[in-house]
Amino acid sequence: MSVAPLAVLVPVLTATLLAATSPVARRRVAGVVAVVAAIATAALCVATLVQARGGTIVVWFGGWTPRGGAAVGIDFAVDPVGAALAVFVAVLGVAALVMCIELIQVEDHLFDAIALVFIAAMVGFCMTGDIFDLFVFFELMSVCAYVLVGYEIRQRAPLEGSLTFAITNSIGSILLLCGISLLYGRTGALNLAQMGRALAEGPADGLVVVAYALVAGGLLVKAAAVPFHFWTADAYAVAPTPVGLLLGGAFSELGLYGLARVHWTVFHDVLAPHEAKVRAILVGLGLLTALVGAVMCCAQHHLKRLLAFATISHVGLFLVGIGLLSADGLAGAAVWIVGDGLVKAALFACVGILNDRFATVEEAELHGRGRELRGIGVLFCLGALAVASLPPFGPFVGKTLVEDAALKGGYAWVAAVMVVVSALTGGALLRVGLRVFFGRGRPAPRDAYSAGSDDERGGEDHEGEASLTRVSPLLWGPAVALVLASLAWGLWPGLVDAAGRGAERFVGTTAYANAVLRGMPLPAVASPLHGPGATGLLYAAASVLGAVGVALAAAAGIRERAPRAGLRALDGLRALHSGRPGDYAAFTAAGVALLGGLLALAIG
Amino acid sequence: MLAYLVAVWLLLIGLYGVITSRHLVHLVLCLGVMQASTYVLLLAIGWRIDAQAPIYVDIPPRARVVDPVVQALTLTDVVVEATVVAVLLALSVQAHKRFGTCDPDALGALRG
Repeated sequence: MSVAPLAVLVPVLTATLLAATSPVARRRVAGVVAVVAAIATAALCVATLVQARGGTIVVWFGGWTPRGGAAVGIDFAVDPVGAALAVFVAVLGVAALVMCIELIQVEDHLFDAIALVFIAAMVGFCMTGDIFDLFVFFELMSVCAYVLVGYEIRQRAPLEGSLTFAITNSIGSILLLCGISLLYGRTGALNLAQMGRALAEGPADGLVVVAYALVAGGLLVKAAAVPFHFWTADAYAVAPTPVGLLLGGAFSELGLYGLARVHWTVFHDVLAPHEAKVRAILVGLGLLTALVGAVMCCAQHHLKRLLAFATISHVGLFLVGIGLLSADGLAGAAVWIVGDGLVKAALFACVGILNDRFATVEEAELHGRGRELRGIGVLFCLGALAVASLPPFGPFVGKTLVEDAALKGGYAWVAAVMVVVSALTGGALLRVGLRVFFGRGRPAPRDAYSAGSDDERGGEDHEGEASLTRVSPLLWGPAVALVLASLAWGLWPGLVDAAGRGAERFVGTTAYANAVLRGMPLPAVASPLHGPGATGLLYAAASVLGAVGVALAAAAGIRERAPRAGLRALDGLRALHSGRPGDYAAFTAAGVALLGGLLALAIG
Repeated sequence: MLAYLVAVWLLLIGLYGVITSRHLVHLVLCLGVMQASTYVLLLAIGWRIDAQAPIYVDIPPRARVVDPVVQALTLTDVVVEATVVAVLLALSVQAHKRFGTCDPDALGALRG
């Protein structure tokens, strides 16, 4: 018997306990209980990961094992990639809940309870082997996220962000469910493995195309790929910092995990003859997302919004890694997601510290005021450089692996685009670090977009008197720990090999189906990957130097000297992010239609 | 066949409503219409001609029944979507109470 189900059960039960005792217990106690539960969840996930390295863990709830190769029950099927992602989510959860104790000043414990359910749903999403459970966990984590984002409901911006977030994501989940229904109608199965088997027996026809577009569209709404990304910046920018940390670090990436999981277990065999064209579509979508995200990131002066667009641009890069549809690309994306997620969570934590102290996250207002927080400043700049793939941090290893996979897959030019994107996002973050913590360069101009809404700033609780005291270790502790964790991730010697083997296992559709449906042992897999080579270092150097260049140029005020047409194009792009849920719904629908159309053309 | 057309119609008309809505409550209900399309779709997939409800208490064990799985899915789906609608309506009520507007186009604190 595996401990995998406990990793979902423990946080859910603790959340119930917290909610039930909400009227009598003290908040501080509840916060500590929540952190302990999150640590227990992380430990259970680690135990699952250790077990999953031996073979895919399959747990049939209620003992309803498959009969004659057909699933009759509901299962958890945990392989190393899923388990590692669950560990990552749980670790971020611990960091977020530690910060909650200090930052979230509310009377009752419901916040901690909902945060725990959020973590449980994300862990369950990583482990499930059933497509309808995938949908249910997806909805559970979404609903928790809506509530957490809009927790500070007295202010206008969080309320609006939460509304937009909820409306856009509900449309996404409706599309996902329509896709699942169609697949069930064709295959009569809900188990991922069985669905893939049954689908492969039929042709790759219109139903498969529509179902793929609906399922991928629904999951990409969560992943925040262009043109489904509009809600992301609105939601992440207003979420309380600990929630932003979880959202920016793990939430979007889980959408991509879902896409990868469904692609390989369900669609891989039926689409195998058309793989090259599907690859082109996914890589193209990824690059578009990466570029749009990077450009928008540079244009922001609201720090949390800037981080949200950095997340979007990196989601694009991860999508490229996954979209290469090879084990190498997937391994790189997985390594990168964890390494980058840890750093980005740390950056969110730094911004949270700024917000807690100065009650604003506008770059212009913070200019030079962070000088007293020298340590945090160094941490922030280090994090920015790590995002731009500074060796030997985690993102560097992941990026190198994806570049190698792109070279091998015949997309050599993709590596060049990735360098540009990393340089732009890293540069934008570094620019913020230099300006805010070291007072370098000219102050940021007042931003026309955020000037009109004063209450956008200070999107969360903060206490005025706190600004005179030292920064609480409950705030800087998680930030330092997360950056160190990313460093350790990059330096871990067995990482590349483990990721390579995990990815080979992940893409082994037949072996997965046999393990789930017939309990057959997995064939041994070898990792063809090797660590970063000279080319990787060269690309990393280009990214990091590019980031420094972008940061210095931006801090020196290159914006005023930019060509008029470029600025107008940028304004046009920013105007598309109108904050109206109706527009976002239209873009989502158009995106799914586009995806379906492209797939239909590809499959013909 | 008709049921599938109804499902598509509900999805599209609901989407049209969400895109063009000028009132948050209206918008949330349009979202509810989109959700209804998933219920219709699921039930249509499980439907069989001349089949009975899958309750084996008073029908012979070999009788034709409709697919019980999709019915379970629909029930789960109803619960899930009811939660979403409840959260959205709560947010809409707050928007009206605190800012005196329910017009989604008036939401514009977050732009660019």
